[in-house]
Amino acid sequence: MLSEGSSFMKGMALGGIFCLVLALLGSFTPGMQSSPEDQHHHHHIKAPSTDELQRLSEPQMVELTKKVRVYCVVMVQPKVLVYWATAKDTWSKHCDQAVFYSSESTKALEAVDLNEKDEWARLRKALKHAYDNAGDLRWFFVARPTTFAIIENLKYLLLVKDPNEPFYIGHTVKSGELEYVEYDSGIVLSYEALERLVKVFKDEEKCPERGRALWKLSEEKQLAVCLKYTGVFAENGEDVHGKGLFNGKSVSSLIEESMVKNPQDVVEGCCSDLAVTFGGMSPSQMQVMMFGVYRLRPYGHDFHDSLILLPPEGSDND
Amino acid sequence: MGITRSHVFFVTGLCVGFLYMHYIVYSDPNDVMKMMNVPLLMFKCSHPDKNESTLSQNVRVLCWIMTGPRNLESRAKHIRATWAKRCNKILYMSSVETDFPTVGLNVSEGRDQLYWKTIRAFQYIYQHHQNDYDWFLKADDDTFVVIENLRHILSKQDPKKPVYFGRRFAPFVHQGYMSGGAGYVLSKEALKRFIEGFDKGKCTHFSTIEDMALGKCMETMNVEPGDSRDVKGRQTFHPYPPDKYLIKQQPRKRPWYLIYDHYKPREGPECCSDHAVSFHYIYPVQMYMLDYFTYHLRPYGYKYRYNPDNTISQKCFITAVPLRKYSNP
Repeated sequence: MLSEGSSFMKGMALGGIFCLVLALLGSFTPGMQSSPEDQHHHHHIKAPSTDELQRLSEPQMVELTKKVRVYCVVMVQPKVLVYWATAKDTWSKHCDQAVFYSSESTKALEAVDLNEKDEWARLRKALKHAYDNAGDLRWFFVARPTTFAIIENLKYLLLVKDPNEPFYIGHTVKSGELEYVEYDSGIVLSYEALERLVKVFKDEEKCPERGRALWKLSEEKQLAVCLKYTGVFAENGEDVHGKGLFNGKSVSSLIEESMVKNPQDVVEGCCSDLAVTFGGMSPSQMQVMMFGVYRLRPYGHDFHDSLILLPPEGSDND
Repeated sequence: MGITRSHVFFVTGLCVGFLYMHYIVYSDPNDVMKMMNVPLLMFKCSHPDKNESTLSQNVRVLCWIMTGPRNLESRAKHIRATWAKRCNKILYMSSVETDFPTVGLNVSEGRDQLYWKTIRAFQYIYQHHQNDYDWFLKADDDTFVVIENLRHILSKQDPKKPVYFGRRFAPFVHQGYMSGGAGYVLSKEALKRFIEGFDKGKCTHFSTIEDMALGKCMETMNVEPGDSRDVKGRQTFHPYPPDKYLIKQQPRKRPWYLIYDHYKPREGPECCSDHAVSFHYIYPVQMYMLDYFTYHLRPYGYKYRYNPDNTISQKCFITAVPLRKYSNP
């Protein structure tokens, strides 16, 4: 009996050691850190291709999925209470953390009251607050009340990107010399970009709080100017085919446009399968969108995605 | 040297030690609590019926669209561009034959001609296609249909039985009838009985209200009205667009558009199945939108909540890797 027991123990010890060795070897696989050399000089950010992802091992996938976590900054106002309530009940549930920032407090819904009427000042305060309360979240997504976001697709876009590099992503627009991210289609900032931004907020010359009285820039442009001073440039978020992932217009608007521009191929010519945002969405459209995005699908289709993102707990519409 | 008991114990110990270490290495102390409910194991399951092409071969659906010359460019064209190609066979029924292509039935146009169109359409189909298909779907030119979801429902049914499916309405006919706008689908036997009914004079054109009148003929010919709801009791056929049902409401009395429902309707997200089959009053922009939502736009990697196949009867293999919950906001 003793000899069998000791055989068992020897077996266990050997098995355990064998496993540890394998695991150690596994963790030394060459890193998939995409070359940081020109990430922030390029102005297009593409989602990872299937090939890129298939090169990653299972444990690496798990790590990446764990690491890409998003802090949603949702800018609201009491006068658009319905939008606020809808954002709270729909897409924002898929953020790792969703915080609502209001111009003024209201008993109806919980938010961080910035007590600020000026749009740019409000955005500054919200971003500072987000930075201070980030915890271990490393990606920041800023939305307006009429923006609908699919956070899973944002995570997919950011999956192999390093948040310790400066990223400022969305739908880019060029205005003279300035390239900025359009507010209505959502703004994505990496931790590094936000950190630099918070620092430059203190510089009244480069990044004034109240803006210059003579020429008041919109908040989205102000943001781009401030970030530019810190060496952070706007990048257009695209899928592997080069289609924009961030849309400032609603799905119906984009379909209408596509019916004119691509009458033979309306859906293909319209929007990406992995779109991240749509703007100009009404509360009803957002509720229908939840069904359209997270539920409605044909039986039998299997996408063979490389990772798994779980639905939020305690939710009834996704 | 024979295999002794010591050897067996050794090997067992080897496996236990390996698996235990594996668990430890890939586990995180913080997640121990979460791990307690279900260690997420990777299931590789084979789904014999899930294969799309086999379903398409085994559940053959002929679709016919009720349309007319005035609506070809404005409506039927967009059906042709979206869901029609997913049917095993598509026919556009009109009063005039054209190169669209449309079948020219011996009828005139107009709301009061709809039941005549229906009768003639089914007669045409019976004459030309009765043996080639298992199920026969009627839809309007403003109905959006997800054929795969229709096949999923029908794959569990027998086309040789006299049965038809759709959105069941309660009034006017004792056993109820199926909403015309939401689309309805007849089994091979049901089609046969419909034709027989008119041949033998048991069914007549006693009303211009197409769906109700057809429902009456079904009842007369002992064709059973099937239950098209999914395993969670959610509706699949819808006589109105999604926004009429999905918007969350305070509990209230049935609104007018739900008055006819045979099964107690639900308002809000529980209204509609993930594997919805149809929506009605869908005009071109919404037609493409629904096509985009159904077949294109999706959340990458998302683990859908509704999995009607989650039964033990699936063949599943558990791989040796206990995966942790990846990302749970």
